[in-house]
Amino acid sequence: MMATDDDILAGAEAWRRAGRGVALATVVETWGSAPRPVGSHLVVDGEGNFLGSVSGGCVEGDVVTEAMDVIADGAPRTLDFGVADETAWRVGLSCGGRIKVYVERVD
Amino acid sequence: MRLDILSRLNAERAARRAAVVVTDLATHEQRLILAAEVEADPLAEALGAGLRSGKSGTVQHEGRALFIAVQVPPVRLVVIGAVHVSQALAPMAKLAGLDVTIVDPRTAFATPERFPDVTLLPEWPDAALARIGLDRFTAVTALTHDPKIDDPGLDAALRAECFYIGALGSRKTHAARVSRLLAAGHAEADIARIHAPIGLDIGAVSPAEIAVSVLGQVVGALRRKPTRAETAGPRP
Repeated sequence: MMATDDDILAGAEAWRRAGRGVALATVVETWGSAPRPVGSHLVVDGEGNFLGSVSGGCVEGDVVTEAMDVIADGAPRTLDFGVADETAWRVGLSCGGRIKVYVERVD
Repeated sequence: MRLDILSRLNAERAARRAAVVVTDLATHEQRLILAAEVEADPLAEALGAGLRSGKSGTVQHEGRALFIAVQVPPVRLVVIGAVHVSQALAPMAKLAGLDVTIVDPRTAFATPERFPDVTLLPEWPDAALARIGLDRFTAVTALTHDPKIDDPGLDAALRAECFYIGALGSRKTHAARVSRLLAAGHAEADIARIHAPIGLDIGAVSPAEIAVSVLGQVVGALRRKPTRAETAGPRP
């Protein structure tokens, strides 16, 4: 099912209330051409299920992996994603933009 | 984010009230500010600007980087008329993230079989719209072709701050509508806010194509320029 912003935040709450580990990822800054605006959310559970998006699908895999670490240790972190060759060790944005994503656990 | 903050935020969203979550990106300190509390907040200026634009962003405050997540109510589309075009428009608008409400007093049209999964109000628009309340995050489209039903809906939309008002019908139909609204006491400049004939000019023929043109126009009104409330301030 397609998720609207409401579904995403309501989904985060419902997942947490059902006892699942949940992390909320939010786009906090963008530079240049970015696929999703500041404030966009991705919600992830401890098993890697997710709702919403922070990019056009380019970096979600990486954010989900990091989010599972955040669920495990509870420490919020900020992730930077740039063009693919600047950050060859991780996925990048082929559109040439840069985004910063804040990931926090729902406690 | 603490579950109690998330829970209160979701409650505010469900009640169609704006709210802001402020996060210190270094200390991870976080708080929720309801729209009614913004004015008295130390960050009033930045929070107020966020609520007006609906845009989230990072601000520097006393040497701290604070992320302001602005949560404005979900954009709502009120469709007057449970007609064929509305049957196509409702699921398309829902996919686009709009909160859809269909209003039509004709109970033969306003049936859950014809309109699954959307809010359906089988009542007169003046009564229905007064009850649900129109705000600047609401678009109103009048699609019945029947002045008895469309006019009360347009009347309510013109008195509110709706960011979009559209009415189906030919130029001739609209000219007659303008005369009726003038006679009802609306100013010409206000009546000019009505998009009529409704929809983008894409040569739409079928009900579904007309729905595409209407939805495109609604999205344009939402995204291409600030809402009327932002540019003109409160209405007298």
